Amino acid sequence: MSGKPGNFSAEILKRPRFVDVEKCIACGACAEKCPKKVDDAYNQNLIKRKAIYVEYPQAVPLKYAIDKDHCIFFEKGKCRACEKFCPSKAINFDDKEEHLNLKVGAVILAPGFRAYNPAGDDTFKYGRLPNVVTSMEFERILSATGPSQGHIRRPSDQKSPKKIAWLQCVGSRDVHRAAHGYCSSVCCMYAVKEAVIAKEHAGGDLDCAIFYMDMRSHGKDFERYYNDAKEKHGIRFIRSRVPTIEPVDDTGDLILPHVNEAGEVEEERFDMVVLSVGMETTPEVARLARNLDIDLTEGRFCRTDTFHPVRSSRPGVFVCGAFQGTKDIPQSVIEASSAAAEAEVLLSAARNTETRRKKEILERREGNKTPRIGVFVCHCGINIGGVVDVPAVRDYAATLPFVEFVTDNLFTCSTDTQDTISRVIREKALNRIVVAACTPKTHEPLFQETLVSAGLNRYVFEMTNIRNQDSWVHKDAPDKATEKAKDLVRMAVAKAALMSPLEEAEVDVNRRAVVVGGGVSGMAASKALSGQGYQVTLVEREATLGGQALNLFRTWRGEDIQENLAAMVKSVESDPLIDVCLNTELGQVEGFVGNFKTTLTCKGQEHVVDHGVTILATGAKEFKPEEYLYGKDPRVVTHLELDRKFMNHDQGLKSVKAAVFIQCVGSREPQRPYCSRVCCTHAIESALYLKKINPDAEIFVLNREIRTYGEREYLYREARLAGIVFIRFSLETKPKVFVDGADLKVEVPDAALGHSVGIKADLLALATAIVPYKDEKLARFFKVPMNEDGFFVEAHAKLGPSEFASDGVFLCGMAHYPKPIDEALAQGQAAASRAVTLLSREKIRVSGTVAYVNPAVCSSCGVCVEVCPYSAPSFIEKGPFSGKAEINPVLCKGCGLCVSSCRSGALNLKGFEEGQIMAMINEV
Amino acid sequence: MSEHVKGSVLVVGGGIAGMQSALDLADSGYYVYLLEQSSAIGGAMAQLDKTFPTNDCAM
Repeated sequence: MSGKPGNFSAEILKRPRFVDVEKCIACGACAEKCPKKVDDAYNQNLIKRKAIYVEYPQAVPLKYAIDKDHCIFFEKGKCRACEKFCPSKAINFDDKEEHLNLKVGAVILAPGFRAYNPAGDDTFKYGRLPNVVTSMEFERILSATGPSQGHIRRPSDQKSPKKIAWLQCVGSRDVHRAAHGYCSSVCCMYAVKEAVIAKEHAGGDLDCAIFYMDMRSHGKDFERYYNDAKEKHGIRFIRSRVPTIEPVDDTGDLILPHVNEAGEVEEERFDMVVLSVGMETTPEVARLARNLDIDLTEGRFCRTDTFHPVRSSRPGVFVCGAFQGTKDIPQSVIEASSAAAEAEVLLSAARNTETRRKKEILERREGNKTPRIGVFVCHCGINIGGVVDVPAVRDYAATLPFVEFVTDNLFTCSTDTQDTISRVIREKALNRIVVAACTPKTHEPLFQETLVSAGLNRYVFEMTNIRNQDSWVHKDAPDKATEKAKDLVRMAVAKAALMSPLEEAEVDVNRRAVVVGGGVSGMAASKALSGQGYQVTLVEREATLGGQALNLFRTWRGEDIQENLAAMVKSVESDPLIDVCLNTELGQVEGFVGNFKTTLTCKGQEHVVDHGVTILATGAKEFKPEEYLYGKDPRVVTHLELDRKFMNHDQGLKSVKAAVFIQCVGSREPQRPYCSRVCCTHAIESALYLKKINPDAEIFVLNREIRTYGEREYLYREARLAGIVFIRFSLETKPKVFVDGADLKVEVPDAALGHSVGIKADLLALATAIVPYKDEKLARFFKVPMNEDGFFVEAHAKLGPSEFASDGVFLCGMAHYPKPIDEALAQGQAAASRAVTLLSREKIRVSGTVAYVNPAVCSSCGVCVEVCPYSAPSFIEKGPFSGKAEINPVLCKGCGLCVSSCRSGALNLKGFEEGQIMAMINEV
Repeated sequence: MSEHVKGSVLVVGGGIAGMQSALDLADSGYYVYLLEQSSAIGGAMAQLDKTFPTNDCAM
C-alpha cells in the first residue's frame, strides 16, 4: 500500500473462485455430483464437504466456489462433473488470479483472530484423546447446522455425554510455549453459554463443570447470566487449573486431577472435555501489519492509544475488532462504527463523490385499476420442480380470477428472470405480481426491486413459499404437494387481487444533533459529528466539560488523563460547529426521528433546539459506600479519591507502610448484581503506581477475582512480580475493617492459608461500584428503556450496542455500562457514526406497512395508545373526529399489536388488511 | 480539497467488525471495498451456535 491519508493506493490479489457469481444460482447440483470429499473447515473439520462448496447454507454471497487445492480436475486434469451438471453454466475452470489496484481514501483493518490451537500442548493431549475438543468444535457440535444437528455426541463413540468439563484459559494467561500472556476476554462467557445451551439440548441430567482461574463476566448483563448459570442451571464452577487430562483405559472417558481451593488433590471423571481456547492474531495478519508499517503490541495486536482507540500507528489506517485487542461481539461492533466515524471525518470532503445512485423509475399510477395479475412459478432447480408438478401449478394459476399472465422459471430469482418479469409487466400491463417460490425472508426485496424497476409500487407483490413449506416437507407425497402448491397459489392470488399500492411516508431530516452529556463519550460523539460538517448542541448539566474523566489520574497504559482530556475539551470548545451548553438540562422533548424539538433549560432560561438525532451520553457516577468505615476514617478512600491524591502529589502517600485495596465494594452484590468492569485494572495500576512512588510500601489487593481482561492482564502479572499480594475473599467472607486504638485494621480469611490475615493499613482504597443516574425523565422523553440496574437498554445487546430501538436516538459511554476511557470514547464515535447514517440522508423513508384507523368505528377506548411500544397512536385533538385515535405513520413499525388489540375493529394494517387475510382463508 | 481526497474506503475483513464498518460507511455516502479471504462474509460469528445473554441464534 502506498500513498497518504485521504489517498491511498492498495494492491489487492483476488483469488479465482472458478464459479461465475453472476450465473451461479446456488442450486447445489455441482456439490451433489462432485466426487471429492474435503474436510469442512466451517464445521471445524468434524465433517466433510465437497471440493465445490458454499461455506454454510446462509452464506453471503450464496454462490459456490471451487477449492482448487482439493479439486480433482486441478489435481489430475479430468473430472469436470460440476461443469457437466451445472444448469446455469456457471463453472469457469479458466478463472484466473486478478491483481487489482484500488484507490481509496482510508483503510479499516478488521482481519479478526484465529482460535489458539492447543495441539502443541502436552497438558491437554488435544488431537490424541478424541473426546477432548476445542470450544469452537463444541460450538459446531451444539449447532443445528453442525455435524450432529445439534445433538451432543462425543467424537470417540457418538454417545451422548453425561458429564462435560470446560477448561478455561487454554492458550491465554499462560506464558509458556506458544500460549499468550494476555486474557482473551471472551472465553469465560462463551464457556458459560456453551454449558447452559448444552444442558438445554441434553435435558436435565447433563452435568457441566467449568474449571477456571478468575471468572471474567465483566460485560453488560454478563454477571447475571453467570449467576443464573450457577443458581438456575446448576452448572458447577470449580476454581482450579487442571494440570493434565488422563484417559481411562479405552473407555473414551477422561480423568481430570486438580487441586481444590482447600489445597487438596481431587480427581473427577468426565465423558468429554472442552478446551476454552483463546484468541490470537495470525502470522499472516502480523505480516500484513509489517507490510503496512503498522505497530503491534506485545501480544501482536494493533497498537492504539486510549484517546484514539481505533487509530493505528499509520495515519489514515484504522482498526477494529479482535485485531485491536481481544474482545467480544458488542465491543467489536462498537469499534467498527468508531473506525467508520474516523474514516468519515477524514474523507468528509469527498462524501457521495464515489457512491452510485440507482436511477429512479417513475411509478405508474395503475394500482387501483382492475387487477391484472401475473403469476411466476419457480422450479428452484429440482428443489421444487423435483417434487411439485410446476407446469400443472402454472396452468392452474392461469384459471384463477384476474390472472392475465403465467409462466414457470427454472430459477425465478436469477438475473435474466428479473429482466423477463420487468418486460412482461410492461407488455401485459400487469398491476399485481405473485411469485410462488421460496421464502420472502430472503427474496422478497429482490422481487420488489424488480417491480419498482418496471414502474410498479413495491407493495403490489405477494410471495408464497412452495419450497420450504411444501416441496421440502412433502418430498414423499408429490401429488399432494402439487395440490398444496395450487392451494397456496390460489390464496396468494386472492390476496393480490385486493392489494393496492402503499405510500411510504417521507420525513425531512434536520441536520443538527443534540448530544446529552459532556464527558469523554459525549465529546467524542460531538467531534465525530462536527468533523463531518454537522452542527451539534452539546448539553452538559455541570459547569465544565469532562465528566468523570476529570477525576482520573492515568490510564492503564500509563497515559496522563488530565493532559489528554484538557486537549479534548479545548478542541470541543473551540469548534465552531459545536454549541456547548453548560449548566443545562433538558426540559421538554417533542417530535421523532429527523425532527426533534428539545427545550433546554439553563439557569432558568429556556430555549428550543430543532434537531434530527439525539445521542445520550449521560454517564454514571461513583458509588459512595457505607461499609468498611468509609466516611468515618480518613484513611479509607474511594478510587477517585485516591486518584485525586495521586494528581495532587499527596506527600502522605510516601509514608504509607501498608496499603490495602478492597475490590467489588457495592458491585457483584445482590442489590447490584453487575461487575463495574474497570475497578480491577484501576486497583492494580494504582497499586503499581503507589509501589513506584513508595517502593517500601506493602500492598494487598483483596479481591473476589481479578478481571484484567485483554492485555490488561500484563499489569496483573507485573503487580505479582512487584510483590503486591493478592488475597481472595467471597461474598460470604468479606473483609472486616475496624479501628484498633489509632490503627486501621483489615482482617480477611485467606482460603489458601486456611486462616485469617490481619493487616494494619495506613491507606484503604475501596473499589466502589459505578452506578447509573437512572434518569427516568430522560428515558421518558426519548421513549428509551432502562435495565434493572438503571443502565439504558440498547437496540440489540450484540449488534446494536450504540443505538436505541427508537429511531434517531443513540447511546454511548457509561450510560450504557461502566467502561474505561478508550471504550467510552470509541462508543461516542460509534454513536456518531450510527447517527450520520440518518443525518447524511436528505429524507428518511419509512415502510408503507403501517396501521391506520377508521375513525368512524373507533370508540376512543385508548387501548392502541396504551399497547403501542412506539407511541404511534394518539387521540385526534381537533375536527370532526376529535377524540378518535390516529396513527403517526412515521412512528409506526407495522407490528400489528394495536390492530389485534382494537375491540372495535377500527384499526387495520396496510398490506395485511382484514379483507385480504379473510380472502386467503376463504380459499383454503 | 475533494480532488485530493477519495470518497472510498477499503475494509479488510468481512467478519462482524468489517461488515459493520462497511455498512456504516456505505449508509453515510462512501463507497466501500470489502475484502474477505474466504468465499463468504460472516467471519467467526457465523460459526457460533448461539449468543448470550439472549441465546439468540448467532446466524
